[in-house]
Amino acid sequence: MANVLVVAEFSEGKLKKTTHSAVTFAQSVAKGTGGSFSILAIGAGAKASSGELAGFGAAKVFIADHASVANYVCERFAPTVVATAKKGFDVVVAAASAYGKDLIPRVAAALGAGYANDISSVKVEGAKLTYRRPMFAGNAYGFCEVTTPIQAVSVRQSEFAPAQPSGSATPVEDIALAPPSAGADRVEFVSFDQVKSERPELAEAGVVVSGGRALKERFKEVLDPLADALGAAVGASRAACDAGYAPSDLQVGQTGKVVAPKLYFAIGISGAIQHLAGMKGSKVIVAINKDAEAPIFQVADYGLVADLFQAVPELVTQIRKAKSA
Amino acid sequence: MKILVPLKRVADPDNANKIKIPAGGAKIDTSGLEWKPNPFDEYAVEAALRLTENGATPKQRGGEAIVVTFGPKETETTLRSALATGADRAIRVDAQDDALDGHLLARALKTLVLREKPDVVLMGKQAVDGDSNQVGQMLAEMLGWPMATFAATIKEEEGALLVGREVDGGVLTLRVKLPAVVTVDLRIVAPTSVYSKQTAPTFKYNDGVRFAALPAIMSAKKKPLVEVKLGDLAADTNLSIKYLSFEPPPARKAGVKVKSVPELVEKLVNEAKVL
Ligand SMILES: Cc1cc2nc3c(=O)[nH]c(=O)nc-3n(C[C@H](O)[C@H](O)[C@H](O)COP(=O)(O)OP(=O)(O)OC[C@H]3O[C@@H](n4cnc5c(N)ncnc54)[C@H](O)[C@@H]3O)c2cc1C
Ligand SMILES: Nc1ncnc2c1ncn2[C@@H]1O[C@H](COP(=O)(O)O)[C@@H](O)[C@H]1O
Repeated sequence: MANVLVVAEFSEGKLKKTTHSAVTFAQSVAKGTGGSFSILAIGAGAKASSGELAGFGAAKVFIADHASVANYVCERFAPTVVATAKKGFDVVVAAASAYGKDLIPRVAAALGAGYANDISSVKVEGAKLTYRRPMFAGNAYGFCEVTTPIQAVSVRQSEFAPAQPSGSATPVEDIALAPPSAGADRVEFVSFDQVKSERPELAEAGVVVSGGRALKERFKEVLDPLADALGAAVGASRAACDAGYAPSDLQVGQTGKVVAPKLYFAIGISGAIQHLAGMKGSKVIVAINKDAEAPIFQVADYGLVADLFQAVPELVTQIRKAKSA
Repeated sequence: MKILVPLKRVADPDNANKIKIPAGGAKIDTSGLEWKPNPFDEYAVEAALRLTENGATPKQRGGEAIVVTFGPKETETTLRSALATGADRAIRVDAQDDALDGHLLARALKTLVLREKPDVVLMGKQAVDGDSNQVGQMLAEMLGWPMATFAATIKEEEGALLVGREVDGGVLTLRVKLPAVVTVDLRIVAPTSVYSKQTAPTFKYNDGVRFAALPAIMSAKKKPLVEVKLGDLAADTNLSIKYLSFEPPPARKAGVKVKSVPELVEKLVNEAKVL
């Protein structure tokens, strides 16, 4: 039997979909081991989501809604996760987002727990949990066990389908914040410079249009119409982010976001190992590159050798036509 | 400022698709691949050098950068390269790669930090072989220090660092009072990412990491490199993550080249049915 504690994630007071992936993990572990799972939500305004959180079939929803956690600082969030985990949980989980990857390892250390980062699946045999996780930029998968009494994991969002509400009415308990970590008085939140976008979230979009170094300063001008025509999220290669053509948080890859949409466009992207690690799980991959030898063509279902500055505008016209037909 | 940089060597990440997994999946075989410093750690070394100098006069050290690796004897090559690019001294903690995990590394590093008393532990956000992304966060908790992970910018202030962190949705800026743990992201080696108090705010670095000049490679051989036993740093060397087996990723079936945009759209509509 394993009881799982899911740590919910919020953005501007709104529950993030990353949480739903962590819930899916928790549901399968709880079901497989005959245990249960609960959800912990920390943040100013978290209470507004209690209705939604109560609908996933959890045993309990814990809410720590306090003004002092209006902005995320790990040292102020981690102790409450630790204190809650100690109420009889065996596994602590969040999504492998920037939030989960920052928070959960620190929580793990406080709990004396081993931590499996960014897992792609879990196998349940009796009470034993075996995690499968990508390593070496997705060129290998390791099967591992966490051997400590409490286990900590983060789950890859693209590999765990978002949980759907089951109509349950889980009891919601307001909890106090645990006292901050030892280092908390030495860290100060200064600002959050948000990149606003009306587009779908990269990790959740059904279609992703990514651009590389080749786009240069015309990144937006060329890719936005295509993304608009497809209702797609926009992604980028590291080179495009480094050069400032696209904001850093659009980087797709081993060390950026991992996406697995039904349709992925790699435009003016060579297909380095680190980029492939973030999009190889896409259902259909389209590559447009003027170099017929570019490695991206090795993973593309449909490759077009062409100058993107000509091909993309034409593609926009053709897609609009196909969509209205 | 005194900075400790944990540095791992990894099998050439640009050829990670050439790793082999023998039938049965007992291990990951990286033989044939060159050892390279973990890129994020290479970036951390560069950031540490920038924080311990005036960017305009890099030959003059204005602080100390100590590199430490956990690994077998041959990893001393990686340490020597870091010394050649400017790090001041090195420590090798004798250990086998598969006898380590994040929790153990963090516990051992904690002991080392208490001995060395650096102002900052500056390290990669992840080692790109295991992709585990945890040692820095765990170390900060064990030390009771504040942390700033995924740093894209670092500016030294009086007794503190102002750190811009790359997170989902934008850049989150934290001020951490020293001592602290900072893990770095890719953009930390951009020209205007890191400023020590000595470096003028108008100064611009070259993009990327610096390379060792030949005389520096020679003099690096004389810089101190000491060996420490893992058991001296961590009483309990048990692992908390146990790998049972490995498998290669699922293969993608070969695709086709299309000749024109209309053909592409036709295929997406009628064959792939994704439009
Ligand atoms: C530690 C580390 C982590 C990394 N993590 C990531 C990551 O998460 N994500 C990531 O993407 N990268 C990552 N990288 C970088 C990666 O190795 C590559 O350098 C990067 O992906 C290259 O980006 P690119 O394909 O846009 O640029 P390039 O490799 O320069 O490719 C540009 C492509 O555009 C094509 N092209 C040029 N002009 C045109 C035109 N007019 N029309 C059509 N095609 C054209 C060229 O043929 C070329 O193939 C990482 C690297 C390191 C060291
Ligand atoms: N064997 C090692 N020796 C020294 N530092 C290491 C080692 N393994 C990991 N690290 C450090 O921990 C960081 C994060 O690694 P990881 O949590 O394993 O992804 C790396 O960027 C290194 O700075």
